[in-house]
Amino acid sequence: MMALPRVPPLSVARPEEILLPARPWFIVLTLAMGLMGNLLPLSGVSLALRPDCLALVLLYWCIKEPRYVSVGVAWMMGLLMDVGDATVFGQHALAYAVLAYAAEYFRRRVLRFPLWQQAVQVAVLLALCAALVLLVRVVGGAPLPGWTYALSPLTGALLWPMASVVLQWPQRPARSASDL
Amino acid sequence: MARLAFFGLVSLALLFTDTRYRYLENMRQVAAIAIYPLERAARMPGELLAQVGARFSSQRALSEDNAALRQKLIEQSAAAQGYASARQENDRLRALLDLKSRYGAGAAAVEVLYAGRDPFTQKLFVDKGGEGLLKPGAAVIDAQGVVGQVTRVFPHMAEITLITDKDHAVPVKVERSGVRSVLFGSGAGSLPQLRFTAPNADIEVGDTLVTSGIDGTFPQGLAVARVVTLERDTGQVFARIAARPLGGVDRSRQLLVLGDAASLPPRPEEPAEADTARKSPRGKGRRG
Repeated sequence: MMALPRVPPLSVARPEEILLPARPWFIVLTLAMGLMGNLLPLSGVSLALRPDCLALVLLYWCIKEPRYVSVGVAWMMGLLMDVGDATVFGQHALAYAVLAYAAEYFRRRVLRFPLWQQAVQVAVLLALCAALVLLVRVVGGAPLPGWTYALSPLTGALLWPMASVVLQWPQRPARSASDL
Repeated sequence: MARLAFFGLVSLALLFTDTRYRYLENMRQVAAIAIYPLERAARMPGELLAQVGARFSSQRALSEDNAALRQKLIEQSAAAQGYASARQENDRLRALLDLKSRYGAGAAAVEVLYAGRDPFTQKLFVDKGGEGLLKPGAAVIDAQGVVGQVTRVFPHMAEITLITDKDHAVPVKVERSGVRSVLFGSGAGSLPQLRFTAPNADIEVGDTLVTSGIDGTFPQGLAVARVVTLERDTGQVFARIAARPLGGVDRSRQLLVLGDAASLPPRPEEPAEADTARKSPRGKGRRG
């Protein structure tokens, strides 16, 4: 087991802090957790408010570790999501692939901002992802979902700061810059 | 960019093949087995959380003292409550068993695992799957009426498309007058509708719709819905009729999947020119 870094809780690394490389198993584990989060059997209000956890985790890794996670991995996870949701094959795959590409495109810019401003940009990316799914479904003949459909990217963006802190935790060096 | 174009094109190809044809069901089965443990794991804390959440929200307003008193009351009434719910469940199961005897062997009682998460469709997932029990196409009912139809069977569970789903249709007739029609679902939040019914058809608000049995999927005479609104606009070709499902489409937990319906004689061969004319509206939007 690795030694947990001694850093103040609920803080995120400052840009000058050098992070350890992420461990592949940690990435796999968090992606699995994200998928599991999306598979939670919710209904009603909680379903409307549920963020797309997998998209959030994917977005984080696409921004932080583009060497491990990029369009291909995102596409694969999208396929699994399609099976889990029993929806048309390829809709989430397409949406996540585009999300990963957009994340790759914006990654240097996004990281320069404080967390809450990052969250705004994440909201835009997640909304893009949700809009793609909506487009695919409506073209396929599905009825329009209610306005609550727009809530999930927003809750996803609200969770972004927390997701960043949690996903970054194991990569913080044991002697963090904030200790000095 | 090249990778995005590649994966994007593959996704589009998948989307197309999956909506138009059903070649990919095997692939779906394999992937479903792969994520089954995750799904199972996701279900457990979900159920627990829901229970805990419900408890928190109902007790937030009460003081600790009050909560303790209530705890005591719950402890003491646990036996009584258990009895009531057991009796209720017993009644429900008995009603289902009664239906089972009416519709012959091959019927299987199932329990709902969770509602579909896809906001575009109306689906349920139930706890029995492809152990030779359920078949795609089988009718699903509860003690009050028709709930839906089995559409996919996975190894450990099955997907049921509800009669409120936009792409679902049930052939019905009006119990009182015998007028035949088809009840189309119209998606979440809106009532199923009887489309293509003439404005002068003998239908009234409050009429019960039962399955007509002419599709060979739903046995005849199952209660489906009750007409709630009826607009006869002489300017329109068809009346606008909405009906509320009688079955607990969004509440029932115990359901009954009926076995094979009485086998109908095979469909007569249609003439070639009529075939092409008829195919296009049926092939379109089979599934969302």
